[in-house]
Amino acid sequence: MEGLFIKDLHVSVEGKEIIKGLNLSLEMGKIHAIMGPNGSGKTTLGFVIIGHPKYKAIKGEIIFKGKNILELPPDERAALGLFLGFQYPYEIKGITFQHFIWRSILALKDKKRNGERFPKNFIEFKKELRKKAEILGVDEKFIERDLNVGFSGGEKKRAEILQMLLLKPEFVILDEIDSGLDIDSVKIVAKTIESMRSPDFGVLLITHYQRILNYVKPDKVYVMYKGEIVKEGGFELAEEVEKTGYKIFENSL
Amino acid sequence: MENLKDILTIDLKKYDFKDDVNYIYTAPKGLTKKIVEEISYLKKEPDWMRRFRLKALDIFLKKPIPRWGADLSGINFDEISYYVKPTDRKGTSWEDVPDYIKKTFEKLGIPEAERKFLAGVGAQYDSEVVYHSIKKELEKKGVIFLDTDTALKEYPDFFEEYFGKVVPPTDNKFAALNSAVWSGGSFIYVPPGVHVEFPLQAYFRINAANIGQFERTLIIADEGSFVHYIEGCTAPMYSSFSLHAAVVEIIVKKGARVRYTTIQNWAHNIYNLVTKRAIAYKDASVEWVDGNMGSKVTMKYPCVIMKEKGARAEIISVSYAGKGQHQDTGAKAIHLAPYTSSRIISKSISKDGGRTSYRGLVKIIKGAKGVKSNVNCDALILDEKSRSDTYPYMEINEEEVDIGHEASVGRISEEEIFYITSRGIPESEALALIVLGFIEPLTKELPMEYAIELNRLIQLEMEGSVG
Repeated sequence: MEGLFIKDLHVSVEGKEIIKGLNLSLEMGKIHAIMGPNGSGKTTLGFVIIGHPKYKAIKGEIIFKGKNILELPPDERAALGLFLGFQYPYEIKGITFQHFIWRSILALKDKKRNGERFPKNFIEFKKELRKKAEILGVDEKFIERDLNVGFSGGEKKRAEILQMLLLKPEFVILDEIDSGLDIDSVKIVAKTIESMRSPDFGVLLITHYQRILNYVKPDKVYVMYKGEIVKEGGFELAEEVEKTGYKIFENSL
Repeated sequence: MENLKDILTIDLKKYDFKDDVNYIYTAPKGLTKKIVEEISYLKKEPDWMRRFRLKALDIFLKKPIPRWGADLSGINFDEISYYVKPTDRKGTSWEDVPDYIKKTFEKLGIPEAERKFLAGVGAQYDSEVVYHSIKKELEKKGVIFLDTDTALKEYPDFFEEYFGKVVPPTDNKFAALNSAVWSGGSFIYVPPGVHVEFPLQAYFRINAANIGQFERTLIIADEGSFVHYIEGCTAPMYSSFSLHAAVVEIIVKKGARVRYTTIQNWAHNIYNLVTKRAIAYKDASVEWVDGNMGSKVTMKYPCVIMKEKGARAEIISVSYAGKGQHQDTGAKAIHLAPYTSSRIISKSISKDGGRTSYRGLVKIIKGAKGVKSNVNCDALILDEKSRSDTYPYMEINEEEVDIGHEASVGRISEEEIFYITSRGIPESEALALIVLGFIEPLTKELPMEYAIELNRLIQLEMEGSVG
């Protein structure tokens, strides 16, 4: 079985343990959803998978493509095919969106990833970029602006999805990807994610609310609470959470 | 991150080499009246220059070391050789240039630049210009482009009229020192109405430990003319310090325009103390484009004195200070006439405990109505160990003026770097991307070759200390 495997993971942030002994098997070809209230450790999980310097795995393993990735810097994890759609993407002055993505592609090519699937040159890249920006309703003027600078919340989120499409990752973690999006945009983003379904592509959706799950049908739903997985199930679990809220999980710890 | 450091060492070797040169004359260490007289004698200079040098020496010896700005206590004036003449031959074409010097230039990429947009090359090797070529069309247009020593011989009257007038020896201790022992540099005269289409350039480097380099550049742009002068340098590294105290004087007459571009990467043991000043007459315009990468200490504040109505100044500078470096740089805009305008853009980057300071002056005298001045200085600090300060001085004695001043200090957060690296870009490259984006206002003003070289230097600097 291929996928992203988390074994007995303990994570601390600035000395405080946020995730306590997490076990998860996230198979390729499936869409997984992790739901949980604020502070449950969902975002921490996304950060530690990609390698945020402040989120330290103090114990456990994260295995992807047969490797424990915890020792790898973030760029090496990207080279293995991992991608995080940030909840709050950073604004980077002095690098345009298109320049940034093209540099990322060159870096990934350098690391022998996806060579044949990436555009051969900048002109081809630009064509692909235009096409995909149009699908996502990202205004062309954004791709020539500095990365995320002056983008609205919703524009940033759509730009994250655009990045994902262009960088062609194999396993993606999308952190609150629907926050800040109006309902039409949620539908477009959801449709894009659904369209990427394939046996070689895995998704972990991190979300507080059920809303996006009405448009992206997860195969598996996990409820995270205070740094632990307290319940897992199918789509029906998401509906249950929506009705009852997270309070009822207090006792399951 | 050990690997990165290894890579850096290898790459930097390109910028860190020296040849064994048999110096024909090396002045004894320390500075005395006798040495100054000897320099003047060896150069067969007119008597007025000899007297000028001696007077400057007096001023130098009397003036105290500046107590403001960077720490200069590491300079030992007795340990410096004040004059070195590596060869008696002076090439007029590339073929005449001695092989060992060619080899050095090759490593610095000079022939390439020459092929591309060569007008004349003033290449300074140690304290002497050894190679100088001028395109026929420049001569036809009456443009004079010579090393300063030759210009003194060939155009003595001209020289006496302008030399030392923009930056007198009394200006500061290091201008006085330069005036006493100057050697080499470029002299340019552009006749009225002549536009020099291609940049004139000079390359120079310091090639012996403890040898000071005191070049002296004088540019005169006559009415309605235009010239762009570029100096670029990469210097080898040494264990003991060297001093570079240059003086650049520019006279820009009515309606003329001069752009002076510097990209410098002195070795990290060099004190780089340069006085650059231009006088702009009616409707004239001066642009200083200044990139400071290397040296131990740099103190440099390119200045434009706008003497007559309608004169304009643009001063764009970028400084980078890494470990053990202090870049105290900035700009001066002196408005002495109405309807003059200035724009100052300063960008500084500090990293690995480096320190940058912006020190700038905008002065407007009473009666200079309708003056516009805009100052924009941004600092980027790449880690907790590094530092940046801003010292903007304003002396505004007129009310009907339009003054703008903006300053910002930015730090790159760990999170921003993480965001960039999470897409596949290595950390050193992520830093370089941010820094290059930050200094774009300068790089876009540079000819392509220089922009590329500057980008490469920044990338090397970023690789140097990641982790």
